[in-house]
Amino acid sequence: MSLIIKNGHLIEPTQGISEPMDVLIDGDTVRRVGKDLDGDEVMDASGCVVCPGLVDIHVHFREPGYESKETIASGGRAAARGGFTTVVPMANTNPVIDNAGMVEFVNRRARETACIRVRPAASATKGMKGAEITEMAELKDVGAVAVTDDGKDIASSALLRRVLEYARMVGLPYLAHCEDEALAEGGHMNEGYTATHLGIPGIPKAAEEIRIDRNIRIAELTGAHVHIQHVTTKEGMAIVRRAKEKGIRVTCETGPHYWMLTDDAVRGFSTNAKMNPPLREEEDRLAIIEGIKDGTVDCLATDHAPHTRTEKEVEFEYAPFGVVGLETCLAMAVTGLVEPGHISLERMVELLTLGGARICNLEDAGVLREGGPADITIFDPKAEWTVDAGRFLSLSRNSPFDGMTVRGLVKRTLCAGRTVYEG
Amino acid sequence: MGEATRTVWTRKDLIGIDGLGRDELELILDTAPQFAGVSARKSGIKRVPLLQGRLVVNWFHEPSTRTRTSFELAAKRLSADTLGIAASTSSSVKGETLHDTLSNIEAMHADVIVLRHGCAGAPHILAAAHESHIVNAGDGRHEHPTQALLDAFTMREHIRRVREDPEATLDGVKVTLLGDITHSRVARSDIMCLNALGAEVTLCGPATLLPMEIERMGVRVTYDLREAVHEADVLYALRIQLERQKAGLFPSLREYIRLFRLDNESLKHAPEHALIMHPGPINRDIELAAEVADGPRSVILEQVTNGVAIRMAILHLLVNGG
Repeated sequence: MSLIIKNGHLIEPTQGISEPMDVLIDGDTVRRVGKDLDGDEVMDASGCVVCPGLVDIHVHFREPGYESKETIASGGRAAARGGFTTVVPMANTNPVIDNAGMVEFVNRRARETACIRVRPAASATKGMKGAEITEMAELKDVGAVAVTDDGKDIASSALLRRVLEYARMVGLPYLAHCEDEALAEGGHMNEGYTATHLGIPGIPKAAEEIRIDRNIRIAELTGAHVHIQHVTTKEGMAIVRRAKEKGIRVTCETGPHYWMLTDDAVRGFSTNAKMNPPLREEEDRLAIIEGIKDGTVDCLATDHAPHTRTEKEVEFEYAPFGVVGLETCLAMAVTGLVEPGHISLERMVELLTLGGARICNLEDAGVLREGGPADITIFDPKAEWTVDAGRFLSLSRNSPFDGMTVRGLVKRTLCAGRTVYEG
Repeated sequence: MGEATRTVWTRKDLIGIDGLGRDELELILDTAPQFAGVSARKSGIKRVPLLQGRLVVNWFHEPSTRTRTSFELAAKRLSADTLGIAASTSSSVKGETLHDTLSNIEAMHADVIVLRHGCAGAPHILAAAHESHIVNAGDGRHEHPTQALLDAFTMREHIRRVREDPEATLDGVKVTLLGDITHSRVARSDIMCLNALGAEVTLCGPATLLPMEIERMGVRVTYDLREAVHEADVLYALRIQLERQKAGLFPSLREYIRLFRLDNESLKHAPEHALIMHPGPINRDIELAAEVADGPRSVILEQVTNGVAIRMAILHLLVNGG
């Protein structure tokens, strides 16, 4: 039995398509893309964009170890609701995803419980301790798509050099969390006027920028592909831009909260405005948008970091870092980037699909073509809705966007031809 | 001619100076003298029945002698019942959340919660989610509003006495805060309170103990003690925590003393009338030389006396309105 998505506006970045087109799906595969197609079952996509399933190369699904925050199953449901069909969960679970057995565990749990594709990252050092390199060749063989100690930087420049040389040999990208530990120590928000006023210990922008610079310099030294995660500052963006101009193999991402919010969101001591790196200032927010506009930013990624209500409903300084983002990301991109005219809808789709897929070499992700997998997102870019964290499919509710009225709503998500979310 | 509108206290809590209007600050200051009179009664009973039958809970997450005692006395002189809860460890370490602890206290029908906590914003998150009146007795490095009010009250009373003008205000009064601004909740509340009341604030301390962009709070900053004391009407020394030296924030006590201590030598550059203040407890001969702390310009013990009156005024306004 075939399924036909009719009357939608297809956006497919790899083929440069942005026009009304029908998509015919047969089983788990896209059979045809064209005009006036027919099929057994018709799915009407009037007023909607039809695009490849979204890709997020930076999520935390917390399994194993912290299943009350999120599981691979619940994270998958949240991803599907956000229009994502492929995600890359980070390795900072308990135990850490630092050996082939752990990657296989995640793959098995994904196969058994997740409604979308889960392509795990493995840690770059054993136990994320920053001391010994993981068995990257075997990790890659069993399906790890990147190495990263996300949540931490690798303090020793000498070890990082070895990590990058080895990752280059194996052919895995290194996803870099950039943070000078000593400079950031004890900080809970951006260091600046707001932190001074609120009396909250700050994390200076330099803590991030110093390590963006160092990590890029070691990328240059080794020729490895370094992907800078969550760039948040004006100068950090400038460093990445200069490195790209120089031809260094570096890519970068940023997340919705960094183009939507500033450290002003911490006023009132909301722990849902606490994440690492922290929300910065208005000039940084504008520079992040500029980086998205001029192509310095290669992909948008949520850093979906679930924490339970109990963990977050505490004193600001005791609360863990991190916010959820999968279920609101598309709306933030439409509302914060497309509607104000910073980027086109086509570019937004590219940044949310192909951008991340290329970084982690996710061959079939981020494309919608005949003969390819039927991973498809259908969203209404004009639909207005109000974020209600209470209705999230994620197990966690820690969103800084709760209560915000936004535009851009996912209507249906298909993964391998199966409807995994319908709104 | 219309009558001036009388300010009425309508807030449930006193969680900070931030956000309070000048009229509200002055209402508190103007309410205090009657309570100063209660404490100063030479004969009879140092007590009024304004909070009779009410329960005031002093919930202190950090050690405190002065502030806790002051609040306890204030409550007792208003005839309230008082209960002290000392939590030496953080709620998260104990395993009970701040909200749960307060819900338990409230289940015993407390009226006013006086909270001292090591984290900025602790009273703010409680005030937003609970019914009882919350008084911030110091939250992390953020605010210490009752200290700022008693400081402003002490300055104003002194100026009124010296100028023989019972209506004198703090407009144009020059106040210099000295020492560790970064870690000081007193400094932040004092800056906001004094600015709101029309005073001009100068900060002076080592660069390592002045937080980023503090000027934007409406203060002048200098590292030069002579310049800082020159023309000051009030010299307010903050307590320097000795562990800051071990954390590498200044090289030695010797150098701190050389650059920032208020003593007879540095006071030579200050006007004759400059008042000496300190929130206590004093590190004698470190931020403040003994001869200055005990000298004729010092109003440090007046601050302590006024603290009880200000806290009585605040408890009264919160519970009874005004």
